Amino acid sequence: MVSTDVTARPAAPVLPRASAAARPRRGTNLTLGESGLARVLALLALAVSAVLWLLPLAWALLTAFKSEQDASDPVDWFWPKHGWTLDGFTTVVERGALPLWMLNSLLIAGAVTAVTVLVSAMAGYAFSRTLFAGRRGLFALTVAAVLVPPQMLIVPWFQQMLTLGIADTYAAVILPQTVAPVMVFILKKHFDSLPRELEEAARIDGAGHWRIFWSVLLPLSRPMLAAVAIFVFIGAWNNFLWPFVSTSDPALMTLPVGITSVKDAYGVQYAQTMASAVLAALPLVAVFVFFQRHIVKSVATTGLGGQ
Amino acid sequence: MSSPHASPRTAPPVRRFLPPGLLFALPFLVLFGVFMVWPLAQGLWMSLTDASFSAHAPAFVGLDNFTEAFGDAEMWRGLWHTVWFTLLSTVPLVLVALGMALLVHTGLPGQWVWRLAFFAPYLLPVGVVSLLWIWLYQPDLGLYNHLLRAVGLDGVAWLSDESVAMYAIVLATLWWTVGFNFLLFLAALQAVPDHLYEAAAIDGAGAWRRLWSITLPQLGRITAVVTVLQILASLKVFEQVYLLTKGGPDNSTRPILEYMYDVGFTGYRLGYASAISYIFFVLVLLASAVQIVALRRKEK
Repeated sequence: MVSTDVTARPAAPVLPRASAAARPRRGTNLTLGESGLARVLALLALAVSAVLWLLPLAWALLTAFKSEQDASDPVDWFWPKHGWTLDGFTTVVERGALPLWMLNSLLIAGAVTAVTVLVSAMAGYAFSRTLFAGRRGLFALTVAAVLVPPQMLIVPWFQQMLTLGIADTYAAVILPQTVAPVMVFILKKHFDSLPRELEEAARIDGAGHWRIFWSVLLPLSRPMLAAVAIFVFIGAWNNFLWPFVSTSDPALMTLPVGITSVKDAYGVQYAQTMASAVLAALPLVAVFVFFQRHIVKSVATTGLGGQ
Repeated sequence: MSSPHASPRTAPPVRRFLPPGLLFALPFLVLFGVFMVWPLAQGLWMSLTDASFSAHAPAFVGLDNFTEAFGDAEMWRGLWHTVWFTLLSTVPLVLVALGMALLVHTGLPGQWVWRLAFFAPYLLPVGVVSLLWIWLYQPDLGLYNHLLRAVGLDGVAWLSDESVAMYAIVLATLWWTVGFNFLLFLAALQAVPDHLYEAAAIDGAGAWRRLWSITLPQLGRITAVVTVLQILASLKVFEQVYLLTKGGPDNSTRPILEYMYDVGFTGYRLGYASAISYIFFVLVLLASAVQIVALRRKEK
C-alpha cells in the first residue's frame, strides 16, 4: 500500500521551480511576440554573445592541437604553418600525472559528495521530523553557520590536521569539505514539504525512524538528493584552495591543483598547457552534455540556498 | 538500527540515553563541531596570540594583532581590493546573466547550444580558467592582443599593467561564473505564469511592453536574491586572482583573503593571519546584515 502511494506521488509539488524548468516549453513566442524583426535581433544578440563566450574555449582547443613552435608563432597565429598535431596531448599524458590527478579528484569529490549527502539528509530528517532537547538551538546554529566563509578557516584547519595527525592525507582533504550547513537547511526544508501521511502509514506498520527515513522519505526525495549531490560534486571537483593548502604530497594532488603546478614547472609550453587544460576541462563538460537537464535543475534548486 | 519503537500504539516513549532524533543529527553535528565550530574558536583564540609555524609556544598578546592590522596599509589595501572587485564584478555578473536568460527564454532555436555556451565555463576548475586566461591575455601571443592588432589598435598588458589588471580579472570572472546566475534567472523566467502573457497578448501588448510590464517586474525578487548571493560570492574572491596575477602587479590586485594567505602560509604568522581572517569575517557579516535588512524592507 505504501509503495503504490509512493509511485502515485511524483515529487512535482516538492520542486515547483525545478518542475517548471523541466516542463516542455509551450508558447515560446509569448515573450517575443510575432515581430520578425525582434526575432532576428534577438537571435543576432544571442549568436554574438555565444560566440564571445565560446571564443576562449575555441582558442584553447586551437592551441592544444598545434606544435609548440606554431603555438608561439607571433605572425601566423591562427593557422599553424606545420599542420595540426596531437603532440601536446601525448606529452601531457605520457608525463603521467594527469590521470593520477583525475583519479584523486574523482576519489575526493566522490567521497565528499557521498558523506555530505548522507550526513546532511540525516540531519535534515532529524531537524524536520524528530524532537529532542536542543533541536531548535542546534538548527539555528546550523543556519547561522551558512554565513561562515570556509576560506577564513584554512589557517585553523591546517593546524587542526597537524593536531589530529592526518596532515597530508586524503582524510585531511575530504573531511573539512563535508560540512555543508546550507545543504542541511535545504534538505530540512525539503523534508518539511513532504506530506506526513506516508510515514504515518509506515509507522502503523511498525517502521522505526531509520526505516521511515531510508525506505519512505529518501526514495521520495530522489530529485532533491540528486540536485544536492550534483551541486556538492561540482564544488568539490573544482575546489582549489583547501586541497592546495592541505597537501604537499604530489601523489595527493587534485586536478585543479595539479594543473597549475605544471605551469610553474614547465614555463611557457603553450600547446602542452592548453592540452592539459582541455583534458582537465573535459570530464565535467562531458557530464554536462549528457546530463544537462539534471545539472540545470540542480543549480536552479540548490543554487539559491533555499532562499 | 531499525525500529526504535517496537509498537508505537502500545509502548510509551522509552527514555533512552540518546533520543533517536539526536542520533540522526549526530554525524552532522560531530563534523560540524570538529570542522567548523572548533576551527572558528581556534581561529579566534589564535588571533589573540603570536602563534606561528616556529617551535615556540604561542603567547597571548591580547588585541595586538588587531591593533597592528588596523595600522597596516597592506591590510587596508587588500580590504579595498576585495570591495573594489565586488563593486566591479557584481553589476555585470547580474545584468549580463539577466540579459542572457531573457534572450534564451525567448524560445529561439538552439536552446541546448546557448545553455552550453553560457554555462560550460562555470564547470571549469579555477586552475583551468586561469591557465586559459593567462594565455588569452598573453601580451605578444595571446588571442586578445592579436585581435586588437588586427583592427589596428595597440596590444594591452592585461595582467601586468596596474591600471588594467583588476578589470582583466573581473572580465575573466564574468566569463567563468556568469552561467550560474544565468541558470537562476532562466529557472525564474520559466516559472512566470503563462496566463500573464496570454492576458497581455489579448490586450495587444507588444514584445517590449510585455518585457517591461510583465517579465521584469516578475523578476524583482529573484534579481534581489541573485544580487545578494553574488555580492557574498564576490567578497570571497581569492583563487582566480592568486592564479592569474599572484595579487600583482605590485600587490595592486591582492584581495584581503590572499593577504591572509600570504601572511599565514608565506610569512608563517598564524596569529596575525587569524586576526585578518576575522576582520574579513566581520566584513562578510556586515554585508549580510545590510542585505537581510534591505531584502526585508523590499518584501514589505
